[in-house]
Amino acid sequence: MAQEINASEMAKPLKSRKFDFKQQFQWAYILIRHPQARIGLIIIFLLILMAVFAPIIAPGGKPVYVDTPNLPPGGSHILGVDPLGRDEFALVVWGARISLEIGFGTGVLALLVATILGMIAGYFGGYIDNILTLLFNLFLVIPGLPMLILLAAYMKQTTSTVIFTLAFTGWAFWARIIRAQTLSLREKDFVAASIVAGENHFVIIFRQILPNMINIIVGGIIGSTIYGIAASTALAFLGLTNMEDISWGTNLFWAQNGNSLLLGAWWVFVPSGFLLALAALALTWVNYGMDEITNPRLRSERELRRVIRHIQFKTSRATPVLRREHSK
Amino acid sequence: MKYILRRFGFYLVAFWAALTLDFIFPRLLPGDPATAILGPMGDRMTAAQVEALRQALGLVTHASLLQQYFTYISHVFQGDFGLSYANFPATVTSVIATGFVWTLLLGSVSLTISVVIGHLVGIFAAWRRNGGFDIVVPPLFNFIGAFPAFFLGLGVLFILGLNLGWFPISHAYDGTLQPAFTWQFISNVIVHLVLPALTSVLVTITVWVQVMRNTMVSVLAEDYITMAEAKGLSQNRIMFNYAARNAILPSVTGFGVFLGAILSGQVLIETVFSYPGLGFLLVRAVGARDYPLMQGLFLGITTGVLLVNFLIDILYTRIDPRIRG
Repeated sequence: MAQEINASEMAKPLKSRKFDFKQQFQWAYILIRHPQARIGLIIIFLLILMAVFAPIIAPGGKPVYVDTPNLPPGGSHILGVDPLGRDEFALVVWGARISLEIGFGTGVLALLVATILGMIAGYFGGYIDNILTLLFNLFLVIPGLPMLILLAAYMKQTTSTVIFTLAFTGWAFWARIIRAQTLSLREKDFVAASIVAGENHFVIIFRQILPNMINIIVGGIIGSTIYGIAASTALAFLGLTNMEDISWGTNLFWAQNGNSLLLGAWWVFVPSGFLLALAALALTWVNYGMDEITNPRLRSERELRRVIRHIQFKTSRATPVLRREHSK
Repeated sequence: MKYILRRFGFYLVAFWAALTLDFIFPRLLPGDPATAILGPMGDRMTAAQVEALRQALGLVTHASLLQQYFTYISHVFQGDFGLSYANFPATVTSVIATGFVWTLLLGSVSLTISVVIGHLVGIFAAWRRNGGFDIVVPPLFNFIGAFPAFFLGLGVLFILGLNLGWFPISHAYDGTLQPAFTWQFISNVIVHLVLPALTSVLVTITVWVQVMRNTMVSVLAEDYITMAEAKGLSQNRIMFNYAARNAILPSVTGFGVFLGAILSGQVLIETVFSYPGLGFLLVRAVGARDYPLMQGLFLGITTGVLLVNFLIDILYTRIDPRIRG
């Protein structure tokens, strides 16, 4: 009976087979159920809302000179005033725009390059693989920030060139991981079946292999986004981006270069730094959830811990084995 | 031996790649260094004046791109990067040499402290897994490490340097002192080193804690650990001679991978504390549009990283005999 159903299912053309949302996006369900990942997603969502609705939250357009520089928090300026006389709260809210834009832009662009090159290397093998692997390793061994600083010094600074330079220095790590995953997926039976069925390389790569790597790619986008936010802030802090833009990094640049610290004006650098760390932390939490998708052993370990919590056992040294605690 | 030769070949290719990038990047610049240095002032200059500046900077050349490339490479191998624009009579090589000393000092001191403490914390945390120490200390370091290097630097500078006033907040030694092998000078250097080194330790320590803790956890699950316990060996001996010794390998491999990140952190920390190492010089060179110095620094830093990576590869064959085969 069961076989019959399978056979009729198989006979249907690929497109008309029912699209099982829950099965296709199982990773999304795991992610939402993971406690830390859920908090992380909520924080990211709120930060994006703050960036999008910046004109409503902090009205009056891009922050300009409004009051005496370095005023402490209080009164009409809840987070104080920066060394250029701009309202710190408005700066932090508006700064989220460029910081997040560059972060997510870098994440997507870096993973686009990494996925294409990684899959080509892993799928075709041979000398193509050798050349591309050499390229990945070269980009990994040449120190990132000095190269970034040099590129930033030579290029005209706009949001898109910053995204480009960050993606240029940050894609190689993920390309190597995706190559390794492609190598192992390529040996699987379903790929062999498609080859026998006479599918072309393009279909095999994008319809058979790619969907099985979605979780790694999403993990990579999140990881590269963290890198993009942190590195763009570092660049701005060094004064290497367009100083007329407002981002968390330029806020910190003015905190350092406007002598706010010498005047004890901690409110100039704490809020931007706090949001920066919050964004990085939230994305890291989401990635913890992604780790559990890629590595089911972690998931089962957590379930196990929950089950045995009320019994006086303790998972000790060996991960999968339960032992009594040392009687010493 | 074959392994070492292969790695050596790779680093040669990497060096060539860095050399070539260093040659290509300046040619991406819209206009040339002369127009960039003049900036808005350039509009008020006559064509002859701009031409004179280009002559003075050695930008006028009739050689083809390929010829320029080979001249550039031969100059690099003679250690000749030309003169620094910002520190005028000084050669790029001599400026890099002074920066190198400070970077090496800050890097080696902070890395030693961070590696030693980080590994000890990792070992103890894994030994009493899910115990009080394991629940509090590694996540705490992880939290601190989540902050960007320069932000931690600003925090440390603000609290320990400005509010409490315990340590000097910038430069490698007081400007009133002359470098000499006297106790006065050396103690001054040490006092100036405290804040940058502390920041660097805070930034990097979490990596060693995580790697060591995770490897220790899986090593402790091995049969030979159970065997050692069954033999009744002392806990210290199992912890250090059996478990930690076998768990140290990924840290050595990881060192090469993290080196880039450690270096990036140090560039930022040097900038926050105006510590005159290579990173600080690089950022200042960019600000001053000192193109020859930038080129020289990038190549110098990259060569240093490649050399350290190569040394780690050699070390690796010493401690892991499987690689040698």
